[in-house]
Amino acid sequence: MTHEHHDHDHHHDNELDPFAARVKALETILTEKGLIDPAAIDTIVETYETKVGPRNGARVVAKAWADPEFAEWLERDATAAIASLGYMGRQGEHMQAVFNTEDTHNLIVCTLCSCYPWTVLGVPPVWYKAPPYRSQAVINPRGVLAEFGLILPEETRIRVWDSTAELRYMVVPMRPVETDGLSEEELAKLVTRDAMIGTGLPLRPGSLGPGALWPADDTGAAS
Amino acid sequence: MNGPHDLGGQMGFGPVAPETDEPVFHAGWEKRALGVTLATGAFGAWTIDESRHARECLPPAIYYSASYYEIWIRALETLLERHGFVSADELQAGHKLWPGVTPKRVLHESDVAAVLARGAPCNRELDASPRFRPGDRVHTINEHPEGHTRLPRYARDKIGTIEAVRDGFVFPDTNAHGKGEDPQHVYTVCFESRELWGQGADPALTVSIDAWESYLEPA
Repeated sequence: MTHEHHDHDHHHDNELDPFAARVKALETILTEKGLIDPAAIDTIVETYETKVGPRNGARVVAKAWADPEFAEWLERDATAAIASLGYMGRQGEHMQAVFNTEDTHNLIVCTLCSCYPWTVLGVPPVWYKAPPYRSQAVINPRGVLAEFGLILPEETRIRVWDSTAELRYMVVPMRPVETDGLSEEELAKLVTRDAMIGTGLPLRPGSLGPGALWPADDTGAAS
Repeated sequence: MNGPHDLGGQMGFGPVAPETDEPVFHAGWEKRALGVTLATGAFGAWTIDESRHARECLPPAIYYSASYYEIWIRALETLLERHGFVSADELQAGHKLWPGVTPKRVLHESDVAAVLARGAPCNRELDASPRFRPGDRVHTINEHPEGHTRLPRYARDKIGTIEAVRDGFVFPDTNAHGKGEDPQHVYTVCFESRELWGQGADPALTVSIDAWESYLEPA
């Protein structure tokens, strides 16, 4: 079936992968029983491949940088402020935006599973769901950040938010210097996914190359 | 439960190894795994709490060697069997053998956008006032239930400070086991690093959890 094929060469994806067969068996049984609509599966996948991803969150951050009233709303009621840009729903029902300052850097984790703000960041990256990050982020965040190439001054306070309930967090990084006069659209290009998890900082103007931020197949995402 | 999922503060798992230009999915089957998980969740037969508990009940050796989509699929097979939609012999055969239970809802393609945009809010109106206020010192309970809980081990029997009072939320410890929503206030509770990790901890670190009211006592 064509939907079993994909765009990325990867060692996990071949006909010998036992989980490929296992998932196909499950989908087959459920389809034969009329319990799932394969077209619905296609649409779910397409949604998270092309519509719901970190571009959404980047627009939220860029607007907060450009518009103090929006930033205030985002801080007070992130769910509503984010919904005003059209981003709402599954795994973003209860949002809180946490703002980096000169003194404090925020970092998001879910030590117990993989809670993540899907409406603004899409599906979580593999490392976010895996034991190394989940185990270390709460006890040795500076070591974790160093793996991402992010070395913070010793005196910078680190605040780790463990998403143990149904609140979903996103980090609003500080606006980079030398960005006066940039449009929201230009600002959004500086906001990486990792900057909104807290494992990175925004890009600086001038560091952008073509395709630097988004996979090629994500550039058509609708706003 | 003190299961393999409760990872905060454990050591020895190796580097985080972030991946440059990570694709949304690493394999075609991961796409289907995501879609099937969401589509079957739409049956309304189990809650997100029950599904989380099914994942954390995987034996540790399996949990730690599985990718996250593998964890999802293994748990989903358990949920589908438990609720009568699929049987073990069908999973073995890879085809329908029996009629099985009919779900309340089947997610059709035309409804996907609306269902995803609606999500499943789990805040609830509460008559009771919150027991704690911002600034209150609290002591987390030291309990080790065999069932589902969202109080991580590293934050049990610790002193923290209430930072924020949240809405009432469905209580996972009961809801995961079909014992009702029992909504309670949730609080963001901050812990200084030395309270959690001892004298060697990074003094400039603060960790917060979101804790249901019954996880907390006045300090």
